[in-house]
Amino acid sequence: MSTTNPPLPEFDVDPRAFRTLADSQLGVELDTGDMILNLGPQHPATHGTLRLVVRLDGERVVAADPVIGYMHRGYEKLTEFRTYPQITTLINRIDWLSSFANEVPFVDAAEQLMGIEAPPRAQYIRTILTELSRVATFVLFLGEMGLQVGAITPAFYGFRDREHVLNLIEGATGGRFHPNFNRIGGLKDDLPWGWVNETRTVMKKMLDACDTFEDLVAGNEIFEARTRSVGIIPPEVGAAYGVSGSNLRASGVDWDLRRDGKPYLVYPELDFKVWTHPDGDSFARYWVRLQETRESCRMVLQMLDALPSGPVMAKVPRIIKVPEGEVWAETENPLGQMGYYVFSKGATGPFRVKIRSASFSNVSILPWLLRGMFVPDVVTILASLYFILGDIDR
Amino acid sequence: MTDVTGTDAVGEPEDAAVVVADAAPDPHALDERHGALLARFEDELGAAVLDTGSAFGMPVLRVQRTAWRQAAEIARHTLACDYLSFVAGVDWMPAPKEGGAEAGGDTSSPAQPSETTYGVAGSDGRFQVFAHVQSTTRRCGITLKVDVDEDALLVQSWVPVYPGADWHERETWEMYGFVFEGHPALRHLYLPSGFEGHPLRKDFPLLSRVVKPWPGLVDVEGMPGDAESVISAESAEESS
Repeated sequence: MSTTNPPLPEFDVDPRAFRTLADSQLGVELDTGDMILNLGPQHPATHGTLRLVVRLDGERVVAADPVIGYMHRGYEKLTEFRTYPQITTLINRIDWLSSFANEVPFVDAAEQLMGIEAPPRAQYIRTILTELSRVATFVLFLGEMGLQVGAITPAFYGFRDREHVLNLIEGATGGRFHPNFNRIGGLKDDLPWGWVNETRTVMKKMLDACDTFEDLVAGNEIFEARTRSVGIIPPEVGAAYGVSGSNLRASGVDWDLRRDGKPYLVYPELDFKVWTHPDGDSFARYWVRLQETRESCRMVLQMLDALPSGPVMAKVPRIIKVPEGEVWAETENPLGQMGYYVFSKGATGPFRVKIRSASFSNVSILPWLLRGMFVPDVVTILASLYFILGDIDR
Repeated sequence: MTDVTGTDAVGEPEDAAVVVADAAPDPHALDERHGALLARFEDELGAAVLDTGSAFGMPVLRVQRTAWRQAAEIARHTLACDYLSFVAGVDWMPAPKEGGAEAGGDTSSPAQPSETTYGVAGSDGRFQVFAHVQSTTRRCGITLKVDVDEDALLVQSWVPVYPGADWHERETWEMYGFVFEGHPALRHLYLPSGFEGHPLRKDFPLLSRVVKPWPGLVDVEGMPGDAESVISAESAEESS
């Protein structure tokens, strides 16, 4: 990538013999001008409207600038014009693949401020549905990652297997993508009859699906060649950029808010392993998510065995007024750390809500990460970071 | 709405009252790790600390404007807070009177108190920037706050310390108009480049409500058993 060419070789021939450009540059590296390439906003590899402006030198990325905001809906402003129960509808739409998991930290924040706690059964069901969202999100990723590097088959498996989990979520909450099932103080409803047994069956099916993906994708030679040592995130750089969740654990950082954060839901009672991978490349991110899908299935099975009986709703006043105060509630969502910093002034709606979404920070590392990469690897990296546009643009 | 099991009266739920009477645990108490982290911060920053507090177990520290960058350096390099969660702003001014022309004719949004109050660790003016950093190794975190002078609107940038602060500061800049000194390029992030105004400031109206009032205002359905709902049912019969 040197900008100045080495001097022309001296030939003992008549200079007039060099008629064409190619002749005159014989044996010399051609100087290619930089090219600007627009990836998106409607590019299949970006899962939505992420626009990536990359400056290329040949096949190499010199600089990359993600342009976001094509789907900005201004949720932080809208929350100031809504009551607390209305806001759960909005925040369902932040990360739409795991909507249920979005609701949990917000409801947790309101409950902490009000000093109420959901009954144990509600806590269990919340945890089960959060883990089911994780399985649904990751199973799709496990298939789609193959698609992004050129293997079509796994994508069909991913969509097929996710459907089983979405059916469960729909069965319990009534909504496939936007359950809006959490209430401040508990849940809207109890589980339907037969749901627990059905979930057990599906979880076993999902564990089998993980084996399929391991054989089909992770064990594939071409997949390894496309993902190994592509897009390495060193742990300290990732943390300073705010990269979280599986992306950071794939860089060897042993940090999971389910275990290490302020205790929430029933995670302190569960027995689970936090998976890490030392490499930090695209393959590591795939591998960590594969293991976490299995771990989530096992956690769901564990919780189904320990599911307590009782009410699913605490005693809550009919009009929810949240006392004055501020609270930071964070959870480990499928895509990473999701948090709400809620300022309340004692009204029926919050004074200000700062929404900390995982993908926003995960994607902010792209300018650093893409420098020096080849164009086909850009697609691999985008797919392995696994972001949802709604989670970036809020 | 919610699965109503309580009474109509607005107040503390009974369960919470029982808990308070039994053990009276302080919800704001800091655990050992967070207490130690806050103490180390106060040692390192010295006189630059304006106030400290706790929000439900999460330490909050307000520093002087001139020490904002230094606070980040101490957090990252001395106290192992290697993870930047977010940087954001807040406008403590109460929104202009609801229902008035300034609020865009909106009466549906929840009424906030009209007097200015500040959050944990206080503030000396309308604007504040707050940030949250965490340690992935020691498994604790802290919220840092800094006041922003309403006339100058200048804040020291964290980008030299945490590169991830780049986008967060660009967002805060366009939403509140705070200028981050030392930021490489304050460009619009979410909004189109020609956008005027700072949407998250309290005096910026929610434009969609200006164009069209909240539809909930028109077709309000009363709760079953409410006097109003009976009236509306009668009036519906009359009209039909």
